[in-house]
Amino acid sequence: MEYMAGIARWLHFIFGITWIGLLYYFNLVQMAALKDAGADGTAAGITKHVAPRALFYFRWAAVGTWLAGAALLGPNLADAFMLRNGFAGIGIGAWLGTIMLINVWHFIWPNQKKILGIVPATDDEKAKARRVAMLASRTNMMLSLPMLFFMANGLSHAALIGL
Amino acid sequence: MKNPLESISGTIISGVILTIVLVFFLKNFLMAGA
Repeated sequence: MEYMAGIARWLHFIFGITWIGLLYYFNLVQMAALKDAGADGTAAGITKHVAPRALFYFRWAAVGTWLAGAALLGPNLADAFMLRNGFAGIGIGAWLGTIMLINVWHFIWPNQKKILGIVPATDDEKAKARRVAMLASRTNMMLSLPMLFFMANGLSHAALIGL
Repeated sequence: MKNPLESISGTIISGVILTIVLVFFLKNFLMAGA
Protein backbone atom coordinates (compact mmCIF):
# COMPACT_ATOMS: atom_id res chain seq x y z
CA MET A 1 0.00 0.00 0.00
CA GLU A 2 2.94 2.37 0.64
CA TYR A 3 3.86 2.04 -3.04
CA MET A 4 0.34 3.07 -4.08
CA ALA A 5 0.50 6.20 -1.89
CA GLY A 6 3.97 6.96 -3.26
CA ILE A 7 2.78 6.62 -6.85
CA ALA A 8 -0.33 8.72 -6.13
CA ARG A 9 1.86 11.46 -4.58
CA TRP A 10 4.24 11.31 -7.57
CA LEU A 11 1.37 11.61 -10.08
CA HIS A 12 -0.23 14.38 -7.99
CA PHE A 13 2.99 16.40 -8.31
CA ILE A 14 3.41 15.73 -12.06
CA PHE A 15 -0.19 16.62 -12.92
CA GLY A 16 -0.22 19.49 -10.43
CA ILE A 17 2.94 21.08 -11.82
CA THR A 18 1.53 20.77 -15.36
CA TRP A 19 -1.81 22.31 -14.32
CA ILE A 20 -0.57 25.16 -12.16
CA GLY A 21 2.43 25.79 -14.43
CA LEU A 22 0.07 26.33 -17.38
CA LEU A 23 -2.23 28.45 -15.18
CA TYR A 24 0.71 30.75 -14.39
CA TYR A 25 1.73 30.72 -18.08
CA PHE A 26 -1.75 31.92 -19.08
CA ASN A 27 -1.81 34.66 -16.44
CA LEU A 28 1.79 35.82 -16.54
CA VAL A 29 2.65 35.32 -20.23
CA GLN A 30 -0.20 34.61 -22.63
CA MET A 31 -2.70 37.30 -21.54
CA ALA A 32 -0.12 40.07 -21.94
CA ALA A 33 1.29 38.52 -25.13
CA LEU A 34 -2.18 38.37 -26.72
CA LYS A 35 -2.77 42.03 -25.96
CA ASP A 36 0.47 42.99 -27.73
CA ALA A 37 -0.03 40.46 -30.54
CA GLY A 38 -3.53 41.82 -31.16
CA ALA A 39 -2.02 45.27 -31.69
CA ASP A 40 0.40 44.11 -34.41
CA GLY A 41 -1.88 41.48 -36.00
CA THR A 42 0.02 38.36 -34.90
CA ALA A 43 -2.46 37.01 -32.33
CA ALA A 44 -3.56 34.16 -34.62
CA GLY A 45 -0.25 32.40 -34.05
CA ILE A 46 -1.09 32.13 -30.35
CA THR A 47 -4.84 31.48 -30.62
CA LYS A 48 -4.49 28.85 -33.38
CA HIS A 49 -1.35 26.99 -32.40
CA VAL A 50 -0.42 27.66 -28.77
CA ALA A 51 -3.61 28.20 -26.77
CA PRO A 52 -5.52 25.05 -27.87
CA ARG A 53 -2.54 22.83 -26.99
CA ALA A 54 -1.95 24.60 -23.68
CA LEU A 55 -5.65 24.35 -22.79
CA PHE A 56 -5.73 20.63 -23.59
CA TYR A 57 -2.94 19.83 -21.11
CA PHE A 58 -4.28 22.43 -18.66
CA ARG A 59 -7.80 21.02 -18.31
CA TRP A 60 -6.82 17.34 -18.31
CA ALA A 61 -3.92 17.91 -15.90
CA ALA A 62 -6.50 19.51 -13.57
CA VAL A 63 -8.53 16.28 -13.64
CA GLY A 64 -5.41 14.15 -13.15
CA THR A 65 -4.29 16.29 -10.21
CA TRP A 66 -7.64 15.93 -8.47
CA LEU A 67 -7.84 12.17 -9.03
CA ALA A 68 -4.28 11.56 -7.85
CA GLY A 69 -4.93 13.77 -4.81
CA ALA A 70 -8.09 11.82 -3.99
CA ALA A 71 -6.16 8.56 -4.34
CA LEU A 72 -3.44 9.92 -2.06
CA LEU A 73 -5.97 10.85 0.62
CA GLY A 74 -7.53 7.40 0.21
CA PRO A 75 -9.66 6.47 3.22
CA ASN A 76 -9.07 9.96 4.69
CA LEU A 77 -10.82 11.71 1.79
CA ALA A 78 -14.04 12.25 3.78
CA ASP A 79 -12.13 13.55 6.82
CA ALA A 80 -10.30 16.03 4.58
CA PHE A 81 -13.45 17.38 2.96
CA MET A 82 -15.25 17.47 6.33
CA LEU A 83 -12.21 19.35 7.78
CA ARG A 84 -11.93 17.00 10.78
CA ASN A 85 -9.69 14.47 12.59
CA GLY A 86 -6.37 16.19 11.84
CA PHE A 87 -7.14 16.60 8.14
CA ALA A 88 -8.51 20.17 8.31
CA GLY A 89 -5.32 21.76 6.90
CA ILE A 90 -5.01 19.48 3.89
CA GLY A 91 -8.80 19.62 3.62
CA ILE A 92 -8.73 23.38 3.01
CA GLY A 93 -6.18 22.68 0.25
CA ALA A 94 -8.43 19.96 -1.17
CA TRP A 95 -11.46 22.27 -1.17
CA LEU A 96 -9.50 25.04 -2.90
CA GLY A 97 -8.21 22.57 -5.51
CA THR A 98 -11.74 21.29 -6.09
CA ILE A 99 -13.11 24.82 -6.55
CA MET A 100 -10.28 25.47 -9.01
CA LEU A 101 -11.09 22.28 -10.96
CA ILE A 102 -14.76 23.33 -11.23
CA ASN A 103 -13.60 26.77 -12.34
CA VAL A 104 -11.53 25.20 -15.14
CA TRP A 105 -14.32 23.03 -16.54
CA HIS A 106 -17.33 25.26 -15.83
CA PHE A 107 -15.97 28.75 -16.60
CA ILE A 108 -12.55 28.76 -18.27
CA TRP A 109 -12.85 25.98 -20.88
CA PRO A 110 -16.42 26.71 -22.12
CA ASN A 111 -15.54 30.40 -22.55
CA GLN A 112 -12.18 29.65 -24.18
CA LYS A 113 -14.01 27.48 -26.73
CA LYS A 114 -16.00 30.58 -27.78
CA ILE A 115 -12.89 32.81 -27.82
CA LEU A 116 -10.88 30.35 -29.93
CA GLY A 117 -13.74 29.65 -32.36
CA ILE A 118 -14.10 25.98 -31.36
CA VAL A 119 -17.83 26.69 -30.86
CA PRO A 120 -19.68 29.43 -32.79
CA ALA A 121 -20.15 32.76 -30.99
CA THR A 122 -21.02 36.33 -31.94
CA ASP A 123 -18.55 39.15 -31.35
CA ASP A 124 -20.54 40.22 -28.28
CA GLU A 125 -20.51 36.69 -26.90
CA LYS A 126 -16.76 36.47 -27.53
CA ALA A 127 -16.14 39.76 -25.72
CA LYS A 128 -18.18 38.53 -22.74
CA ALA A 129 -16.41 35.14 -22.83
CA ARG A 130 -13.01 36.89 -22.78
CA ARG A 131 -13.96 38.79 -19.63
CA VAL A 132 -15.38 35.74 -17.82
CA ALA A 133 -12.42 33.51 -18.81
CA MET A 134 -9.92 36.17 -17.71
CA LEU A 135 -11.56 36.66 -14.31
CA ALA A 136 -11.96 32.90 -13.78
CA SER A 137 -8.31 32.37 -14.62
CA ARG A 138 -7.22 35.19 -12.29
CA THR A 139 -9.47 33.74 -9.57
CA ASN A 140 -7.69 30.41 -9.94
CA MET A 141 -4.30 32.11 -9.78
CA MET A 142 -5.38 33.84 -6.55
CA LEU A 143 -6.75 30.58 -5.09
CA SER A 144 -3.58 28.71 -6.08
CA LEU A 145 -1.59 30.64 -3.45
CA PRO A 146 -3.50 29.39 -0.36
CA MET A 147 -4.10 26.04 -2.09
CA LEU A 148 -0.35 25.44 -2.47
CA PHE A 149 0.29 26.67 1.08
CA PHE A 150 -2.13 24.13 2.54
CA MET A 151 -1.00 21.36 0.18
CA ALA A 152 2.63 21.96 1.16
CA ASN A 153 2.03 22.39 4.90
CA GLY A 154 -1.31 20.80 5.64
CA LEU A 155 -0.41 17.16 6.16
CA SER A 156 3.05 15.78 5.49
CA HIS A 157 4.74 18.92 6.86
CA ALA A 158 1.99 20.01 9.25
CA ALA A 159 4.38 19.99 12.23
CA LEU A 160 6.57 22.70 10.68
CA ILE A 161 4.05 25.47 11.34
CA GLY A 162 1.73 23.69 13.73
CA LEU A 163 -1.23 23.15 11.40
CA MET B 1 -12.81 50.48 -6.46
CA LYS B 2 -10.88 48.55 -9.08
CA ASN B 3 -11.19 44.76 -9.12
CA PRO B 4 -7.84 43.47 -7.73
CA LEU B 5 -7.98 40.54 -10.19
CA GLU B 6 -7.50 43.02 -13.07
CA SER B 7 -3.76 43.04 -12.34
CA ILE B 8 -1.16 40.40 -11.51
CA SER B 9 0.01 42.28 -8.42
CA GLY B 10 -3.58 42.62 -7.16
CA THR B 11 -4.14 38.91 -7.75
CA ILE B 12 -1.01 37.95 -5.79
CA ILE B 13 -1.79 40.31 -2.90
CA SER B 14 -5.36 38.92 -2.76
CA GLY B 15 -3.98 35.37 -2.69
CA VAL B 16 -1.57 36.17 0.15
CA ILE B 17 -4.34 37.87 2.17
CA LEU B 18 -6.66 34.90 1.58
CA THR B 19 -3.89 32.53 2.75
CA ILE B 20 -3.46 34.49 6.00
CA VAL B 21 -7.23 34.58 6.57
CA LEU B 22 -7.56 30.82 6.01
CA VAL B 23 -4.63 30.02 8.34
CA PHE B 24 -6.27 32.18 11.01
CA PHE B 25 -9.60 30.41 10.42
CA LEU B 26 -7.95 26.98 10.62
CA LYS B 27 -5.98 27.71 13.80
CA ASN B 28 -8.69 29.59 15.67
CA PHE B 29 -11.82 27.75 14.65
CA LEU B 30 -11.11 24.34 13.12
CA MET B 31 -8.19 23.46 15.40
CA ALA B 32 -9.48 25.22 18.50
CA GLY B 33 -9.50 22.77 21.41
CA ALA B 34 -7.77 20.05 19.38
